[in-house]
Amino acid sequence: MSNVSKAETREPLIRLSRRASITPRKAWTIRIVAVLLGLLVCGIAAFLLIEKLQSNPGKIGEFYYTFIKGSFSSSRRIWKFLKNVSILLCISLALTPAFRMRFWNIGGEGQTLMGVLSAIAVAFYLGGTVPEGVLLLLMLLAALLVGAIWGVIPALFRAKWGTNETLFTLMMNYVATFIVSYFLIIWVPSGSSSLGKLKYGKLPMIVNEQLLTVIVVLLLSVGLYIYLTYTKHGYEISVVGESVRTAQYVGINEKKVIIRTMILSGALCGLAGYLIAAGADQTVTTNSVGGQGFTGIMVAWLGKFNPLAMILTAALIQLLSQGASQISQDFGVNNALPNVIVGIVLFFIIGSEFFINYEIHFRGHSKAKGGIK
Amino acid sequence: MNIWVDFLITSLAFGAVFMYGSTGEILTEKAGHLNLGIPGIMCMGGAGGCLVLNLVGKSSLPGFLIVILGILGALIFSMLCGLLYSFLAVTLRANQNVTGLAMTTFGVGLSKVIINKLDSNIYLIGPKLLYRWPFAERRDALQYLGVLFFLAVIIAILSSWVLFRTKVGLHLRAVGENPATADAVGINVSRYKYVATCVGSGIAGLGGFYYIIDYMASQEAYLSVEALGWLSIALVIFALWRPHLTIVGSTVFGILFSCASYLANVKWLNITMATTPLLKMLPYVVTILVLIISSIRNKKENQPPTSLGLSYFREER
Repeated sequence: MSNVSKAETREPLIRLSRRASITPRKAWTIRIVAVLLGLLVCGIAAFLLIEKLQSNPGKIGEFYYTFIKGSFSSSRRIWKFLKNVSILLCISLALTPAFRMRFWNIGGEGQTLMGVLSAIAVAFYLGGTVPEGVLLLLMLLAALLVGAIWGVIPALFRAKWGTNETLFTLMMNYVATFIVSYFLIIWVPSGSSSLGKLKYGKLPMIVNEQLLTVIVVLLLSVGLYIYLTYTKHGYEISVVGESVRTAQYVGINEKKVIIRTMILSGALCGLAGYLIAAGADQTVTTNSVGGQGFTGIMVAWLGKFNPLAMILTAALIQLLSQGASQISQDFGVNNALPNVIVGIVLFFIIGSEFFINYEIHFRGHSKAKGGIK
Repeated sequence: MNIWVDFLITSLAFGAVFMYGSTGEILTEKAGHLNLGIPGIMCMGGAGGCLVLNLVGKSSLPGFLIVILGILGALIFSMLCGLLYSFLAVTLRANQNVTGLAMTTFGVGLSKVIINKLDSNIYLIGPKLLYRWPFAERRDALQYLGVLFFLAVIIAILSSWVLFRTKVGLHLRAVGENPATADAVGINVSRYKYVATCVGSGIAGLGGFYYIIDYMASQEAYLSVEALGWLSIALVIFALWRPHLTIVGSTVFGILFSCASYLANVKWLNITMATTPLLKMLPYVVTILVLIISSIRNKKENQPPTSLGLSYFREER
C-alpha cells in the first residue's frame, strides 16, 4: 500500500518505457559495444582461470590475438571455419520458421541427429549396392523425411491438445540420442560402439570438401529469407506468431500452419544432418551434432530471426568458440573454455537487447528530453 | 541384504539428484520462469562445493563444519548463477529460453574448468565419508543414504508445504499464473521472481554437489552432471509441478535409469547389450507420455503455470 502512495507523489528514480523505434545504426552500436564489453570480461575471466596468464600478464595481447588465429591463420582453418559456420547456420535457419510463429522448437539437436542417423543408415545398408549418385539422393531423402517426422510429432500434439512444445521437443532430443546409441551397438558388434568412416555416400568435392556445404547453406538462407518475407506461408507464420486470435479471425487455420511449419523446420534440420553425415563426418556418434542444436537457438535469436542477419551471428559465435578452443590448446587449459567464453559474450548480447528495446528515463531528465507522459 | 532392497535404496539415493534439481526448477517455474539454465547451475553448484572442500578438506576443522562449508560453497555458486539469470530475465526482460541456454553453456564450461584444476585427493576422499554420515561405516546399500540425501527429502517436502500451504506460496503461484493480476493486488512481482529463481537455483546446485561428492564420489562424476540437469527438467513435468511428488518421481527415474545394469544380471530375462539404450530411453519416453496425457486431460492443476516463459512488463498490460 505504501508503495502505491509513494508512486503517486513522487516519480521513481528510474522509469522504463518501450522504445517506439530505434535506428539500425544505434541498435548495432549497442550490440557491438556489448560484444566488446563481453570480450573485456572474457579477458578478466581468462586471467582468473589461466595460470600462464597470471605469471605473465603481458601475454593478454596474445590471448586476444589467438581468437583471430584460431580461425584464420591458415587456409585449412579458414575452410574449417566456413564449414562449421555453415552447419551451425543451417540448424539455426531450420529453427527460424518455428520461432517466428512462437513455437519454441528446442529439439533442433534431436532433429538434426536423426537426420545424421538416417543418412548414415542408408549409406550403411545400401552403400556399394547402388550407384553413388542414387545413394546420395536416397540419403538426402531419408534425412529430410526422418527430420521432418521428428519435428512434426510435437507439432501434432501441440496443434491438437496444446501440449507444451518446449518441453516435448527437449525430451525428443534424448530419445534421439538413445536411438543412435542403440543402432551403434547393433552396427558395431565388437562393443567399441564407434562406427568408423563409411566408404560410400560422400558428397563430391567442388574445389574442396567444404565449398559445396557452404554454397548450399548460403542459398538456403537467401531462400528462407524470401520464403519468410515475401510468400503467403511466411505471412501466415508471422500472423500466428503475433497473435493466434488474429490468425483465427482472418481465417488462417493455425493448426495447419503449425504442422506445416514444423515439417519444414524438422526437414531443414534433417538437411543439416545430411550435410554433417555426407559432407563431413561420414559416420554417426551420439555427439555428432555436439550441442549445435542448442547453440543454433541462440544464433537465431541473436539474428532477430532474420535469415540474412543470422549469417553474421553464426559467424560470431563460431569465431568465438573456435578461437577459444585454440586458446585452451595454446595456454594449456581445460577444453571446456570455449563454453565459458561464448557464455560470457552471450550474456552481454542478451543484456544489450534490453537497451535496444527499452528506453531508460532518470528522474528529472525526462521532462528536459520531452519524455512521454 | 536382499538384492531388490539394495536396488531400491540405490535408486532412491540416485533419485535425490533429481529431487534437488526438480524442486529447484519447480520453484522457478512457479514464478513463471522456465529456467533452462538448471543443468549449468547444477554443475556450478558442484564446482562451488568442491572448490570450498578443496580448501578445507584436509584441514583440522570439525567434520560437521566441513560438511556445512561445502554445502554453503555449493549454495553460493549456484545462487550467484540464479542471480545472474534473474537479472537478465527479470530486470532486463531477456528471452528466458535464450538466457537459460546461455547459462547452461557457461555453467557447464566454467565448472569443468574449475573442477579440473582441483585435487580430488583433498576435495573427495576425506569429505565423502563425512557426507555419508550416519551410515558411512555400513557395507550395504544403506551407505549411500547420507546427510545430503535426507536434506533433499526435507527440502522437497518443505517446498511443497511453502508452495501450497502458505501465503508466500499462494503469492508465488499467482505471479506465475498471471503477473499482471498479482501486481494489481500489490504483490511485488520482481521480488518474488528473483527470490524464487535464486532459491530454486541454490537447491538445484546442491543436486550437482551431492552427485559429485556423495552419490558417485568419483573424479569423473562432474562430467555427467549436465545430462542429469536436463533429466531434472523432465521430472518437473512428471511430478506435475509438485515438489513432494519429485520424491516418488525421482525414485521411479532412478529405477528406470539404473534398472538397465541390474536387469542385465537377471538371466531369464536374457537382456542383450542393445536393449540397454532402449531402457535408458524410458525416463524420457515416460515423461513425454505424462506431458501428453496431462495436456489431453487438461486439468487446471496439472498444467504448467499459465505465464511460463513470458516476461512481464507492467506498462504492457
